[in-house]
Formats: sequence, structure tokens, C-alpha cells
Amino acid sequence: MNTDQNKLPCSYFTDTKPLLLENGTSIDELTVAYESYGKLNKNKSNAIIICHALSGDQFLASKNPLTNKNGWWNRMVGSGKPIDTDKYFVICANVLGGCLGSTGPTSINPSTGEEYGLNFPVITISDMVNAQMRLIQHLEIDKLLSVIGGSMGGMQVLEWAASYPSNILSAIPIATSSKHTAQNIAFHELGRQAIMADPDWNGGNYIKVGSHPTKGLSIARMTAHVTYLSEASLTKKFGRRLQDKEEISFGFDADFQIESYLRHQGLTFVDRFDANSYLYITRAMDYFDLEKTHKKSLTEIFEKTNIKFLIASFTGDWLYPPSENLMIVRALSAGGADVSFVNIESDKGHDAFLLEEPEFDDAMRGFINSVSIEAKI
Amino acid sequence: MNKNRTDLELITSLVDNNTRILDVGCGNGELLQSLKDKKNVKGQGLELKQERVNQCVSKGLSVIQGNADSDLSLYPNQSFDCVILSQTIQATNNPRNILIELVRIGKKAIVSIPNFGFWKVRVSFTTYGKMPITKKLSNNWYDTPNIHLCSILDFVDLCREINIKIEKTIVLSSNNIKSYNGSPNNWSNFFGEEAIFLIKN
Repeated sequence: MNTDQNKLPCSYFTDTKPLLLENGTSIDELTVAYESYGKLNKNKSNAIIICHALSGDQFLASKNPLTNKNGWWNRMVGSGKPIDTDKYFVICANVLGGCLGSTGPTSINPSTGEEYGLNFPVITISDMVNAQMRLIQHLEIDKLLSVIGGSMGGMQVLEWAASYPSNILSAIPIATSSKHTAQNIAFHELGRQAIMADPDWNGGNYIKVGSHPTKGLSIARMTAHVTYLSEASLTKKFGRRLQDKEEISFGFDADFQIESYLRHQGLTFVDRFDANSYLYITRAMDYFDLEKTHKKSLTEIFEKTNIKFLIASFTGDWLYPPSENLMIVRALSAGGADVSFVNIESDKGHDAFLLEEPEFDDAMRGFINSVSIEAKI
Repeated sequence: MNKNRTDLELITSLVDNNTRILDVGCGNGELLQSLKDKKNVKGQGLELKQERVNQCVSKGLSVIQGNADSDLSLYPNQSFDCVILSQTIQATNNPRNILIELVRIGKKAIVSIPNFGFWKVRVSFTTYGKMPITKKLSNNWYDTPNIHLCSILDFVDLCREINIKIEKTIVLSSNNIKSYNGSPNNWSNFFGEEAIFLIKN
């Protein structure tokens, strides 16, 4: 784990005005690490914010300096792509609680001079959005053309639309939910328990003692990764094929390709993610319940909203299934909101929104284009 | 608008200005766009096919990808001023239930049907003894999406049975358009190729 993230090449915004958190405490010195693509136009009317998912980061469409891999939504965002950076100014910020430069458990607590670790306050999705709002104010953007995100990014989009309706023209929550279900919480709990069961976690103080719970974190990642796929995609990709061998070994090595793949996913994840960040961010997702936060029904939250919505789900997504997304559509529709819904046929599981799905790309391109025409960009 | 869809123009004429409309089975959004342009409605569509949904989205129309048979329950009571179901009811699994849903969701509803009682359909069947193929009903029996065809009189009977009021009927034949207050007469079931009903609860 690289603890010098502050040196990661991207933009930084620091705010010394305390950020009040949902749990009643505050972050006294807020840093938001972000990347931006394209150019902000003269009227500042072409800005789009993209919110990343649990294991995502600000390196949306540029090479990630930690992994040296292309940005996680490289195929969606860029010159001539559905979210066209020749036309739009696209911002992506590392979430509050993250570990790639924004204030999180690996940051220095200004009041102690040491890393926060478990002294970091338990943050929520709405805290993440409030931190992003500070960035938008700093950039002096009054109105975002669109707020877009999948999975946890979609939760942030819903929170943006609920908290700052006059600051956004359109919203695209993708493969998401207005509240975490028992199944969602259950999988997160498995991940957290794996991390905390690792002796190298050291009660959360691993940075101080110079360890990192890599075993626990990689198991957490392996578990989560399975939930992002589907039986069909696993069967198609791996089946029962063996890894570099002709026969089973009658042992516990990674005989099967799927085992080897998962181990690889786990191992590479620990190089770019902090274990405590994983605890905090999964918790924020579990606590997410838009109706509870806003003390209103979904329909009431979005009643009379002028935001234009596109909601997208994928038929093979069992983690945030179409039915969860449809609940949001139903509430928006009941409140008279301008909402469109696409349910993309795909067997790729929850990760489909990150993968090659031409029909999804077309819907995104068409919707954003129609919004930009209405906004006269 | 497509010249062959006179029915869409007639439907447009039945819609009031500045109202909230749901077009069930909205296709590529042709009718919704026309209603938006001519009647300044706030429209939403329901459509099953991905390609058509994307066409609507690209036009800036509000559309929900879904199925008339299962997804009308999405909408609360009387949430639209008018719900439109154009040339679709014969392709649904449960037309009776759909009619009930339409007048639940909409303060009124406009339903258009191809008339299976049309004389050419009758002649075709009695002459050849085979499932009729006409201009409006152009599929073979084995590949037609139209699984619940009915005549104008059948439709009127069903409305009576489930206490739906027919306010107005427009009957189209190849060279004639006739309007009726309430239900049409029996002749229309013979000469009409297509009918548009304005109904409410």
C-alpha cells in the first residue's frame, strides 16, 4: 500500500472550512483529490461530475498511476465517446473516506498529527456528496449538466439529486439502489470480518506498526468480486477449466482457473486500496437509505423536481437488480418527474456497467446529447 | 408523421393541451413527439424494445423500458390526464386487465384497435377458410404478435362488462372517418377497419 498518495499526480482542493458530517462530528481540514477531462466552457454550463464506485477512484479516463492501467471508465469517457470530453468538462473526485488522496483513514488527523486510522469518523454517502459539492463551489460551477455514477456512484447521484436539486440539470443513477438491502449488507459484512480477522489489521492501527492486512483485504475483494459477476459470466469465462494443469491436484492449490483469477484479483487490489478505507466505504454504503436520511418517501423527496433522470439497470445484475432500480423509477414517476429507464439485456452481472454494452452506450450518448441540446451547449 | 398513421393524427386531436400523457407501447416516440410539439404535453412512454427505447431517449423523450402486461402497476391511480394505447391491446396477454389499468392510471384513456369484424376480414375467412391476412393484419397466424384480436363490438362488450364508459368512438375505413358520441353503431363493426375509443372509469 502506497501511503504517499498525496503525491499521486492529479488535482487537489483543500478546504479549511470544517465539513459537518451526518454523524454530528466534522472534518476540519478537507482534501479532495480529483481528475478532470475536457474544458470548462465560458458559461460553465458543460460540467459533468462522475461519482465512482466502492473500489473506483478519480482516475476515470486516464492512466491510473498506481496500477498503470487505463481509467476504469475509459470506454465511456473520452474524446468522441458517449461522454464526450471534446464537448463536456468531466470531473471525478476520489470519495471522502477514500485512499487515493481525498481525506480518509490514511490521512493525517490535524488534531493529533498522526494517521486517522479508526479515529476517522464514520462517514455516509451524503457526506461524500457534500465534500464533492465543496469542490464544485470551489470551481465556481453553479449548475452541473449531469451527475452520473454506477453502484455506489449511483447512490451518490441519488443523494446529489435529493440534496442539491437546483444545482443539477440531469442525473444518471446506474445499477444502484435507494437503500442497501440485507443481502448487500451481508456481503459487505463478510469483507469487513475478513479484514478485521487478519492479525495484520492490528485493531486498525496497522500503519503505525508498519503492517497491512493484505490477506483480509484480498479475501474481502475476492468475495465482493464474485458478487459483481454472474453465474453465466463465470461459466463463460472459466467454466471448470483448470489452471496450467491437466489434472486436479487433490490438494488446495488453485486448481481451477476461477480460483487463480480470484486470487489475482485479491492480490492486485491490496496494492491500490487501504483496508480501513474499505471498512469505512462499505459502511457508508450499508448506511445508505435515502428515505431515512431525508425523512421523506422517495416520491416526496423528488416531487416537483426539475431534474431529468435516466436510470439504467442490467438484467443479469443480482447485486443491484433491475427491481431495485425500478423502485426508484416508480417513485420518480409517481412524483411526476421526467424519468427514463433502460433495462439492458446482459449476462455480465453487476459489472456490466463498466463493460462493453453497446446498447447502454447508445442510451447514455443519446440522453446526454438530448440534455445538452436542451441546455443549448 | 407517417402518412399511413391517420390514427395517430386522430389520437392527437383527442388529447388536450398542456396535459400529462402516458403512451403505452410508444415505439420510437413518434406520437409522443407529435403531442409534445402540437399539444405541449408532458409525455412519458412505455416501450419494451431496446432499440426503440434508445430512439426515444435520444429524442429527449421520457421513456420507461417495460411491458404493458406487467409494468402498468408502476403508476399510481390517476397519475396521468390521459393514457394512450395505440394498436397494441391485441398483442397483450391480458387485455381485460390492461383496460382496467388504463382507466385507473389515467383520468381518461384512448385505445385504438384493428377491427376483426371488418368486412374484408370476414370475406377473407369465409371465402378461403384460413386466418385472414389484410393490410392491417399482415402476419401469418403462426408469427403474429396479435394474440387477442377483437371486433369493435367485442371491445364495446368488454367495456360494458367491466364498467368502463365509452365517451367517444372514431371509426376509420379506407375512405371514411366517422365519429360517434359513445359507442358506434353495428354498421361500423362491418365497415370500419380500425376504431379509436375515448374511455374512462
